[in-house]
Amino acid sequence: MKARVHVMLKSGVLDPQGEAVRHALGQLGFDGVEGVRQGKVIELDLAETDADTARATVTEMCEKLLANTVIESYSVEIA
Amino acid sequence: MHAAVIVFPGSNCDRDLAVAFERAGAKVSMVWHKDTALPDGVDIIGVPGGFSFGDYLRCGAIAANSPICRSVVAHAEKGGYVLGICNGFQVLTETGLLPGVLLRNANLKYICKPVDLRIDTADSPFTAGYDAGQIITVPIAHHDGNYYADPETLKRLHGDARVAFTYVDNPNGSADDIAGVLSSNRRVLGMMPHPERMAEPLHGGTQGAPMFDSLVAQLANA
Repeated sequence: MKARVHVMLKSGVLDPQGEAVRHALGQLGFDGVEGVRQGKVIELDLAETDADTARATVTEMCEKLLANTVIESYSVEIA
Repeated sequence: MHAAVIVFPGSNCDRDLAVAFERAGAKVSMVWHKDTALPDGVDIIGVPGGFSFGDYLRCGAIAANSPICRSVVAHAEKGGYVLGICNGFQVLTETGLLPGVLLRNANLKYICKPVDLRIDTADSPFTAGYDAGQIITVPIAHHDGNYYADPETLKRLHGDARVAFTYVDNPNGSADDIAGVLSSNRRVLGMMPHPERMAEPLHGGTQGAPMFDSLVAQLANA
């Protein structure tokens, strides 16, 4: 089965890359963009067939490697 | 005094760090990231600058999970000394040996230039060769050196005098101008600036050398 992990900077953490994107959008004439946050999407192909087990394993992957929980939050989708 | 310098794919300050330790009188062993054990009798581990594993995922994240880093963490947990410079600092935060994390520089630029650093504490084997309050000039060369920690962690770092260095003129947006932090037992130091690149006259200055001299002197007598 497949898993998709979204990793985002936590809301209190300044995102200079998101700010740069917001600024560039403004220069292109896209007014009214009040905030941009940039994150990552990580897709995994898993041999596991049980959704609950897959979710638990991917959550452990997030805690150990895929996200740095000091600054990032994550969410896991299993499909 | 025996120093081990870890070499990851993408490390590029490993030789500089080894030479700085050797100049101060240390015996140095280079240790490849796939090794699982450190040489016997290592007093201090140097985690060098560079772009370990291409900075994929996050700076230092892949290196922090490499086989040798388990030995680095075990060494530190037994009270061993560890010095992480630049990418090495990023690796040490990713292992959890040091608090906080290094974010992208606030101006989004890679910054490579000499900066003035204030020595905030002389109470560590790394900084004992300096005076608290002394200003030294050392180069920085990084894209992700913007130190971040939550307010409680920053308060704890200041309260325990674990901020080792601060920038006189903050180049990268670091919280409270922090350039280097110590572990709670003061035996692990992570710093973004490069003292090993200011350690002999041909570098244009020797203001980084007292760190290595002091480490070798103190650990040789330990």
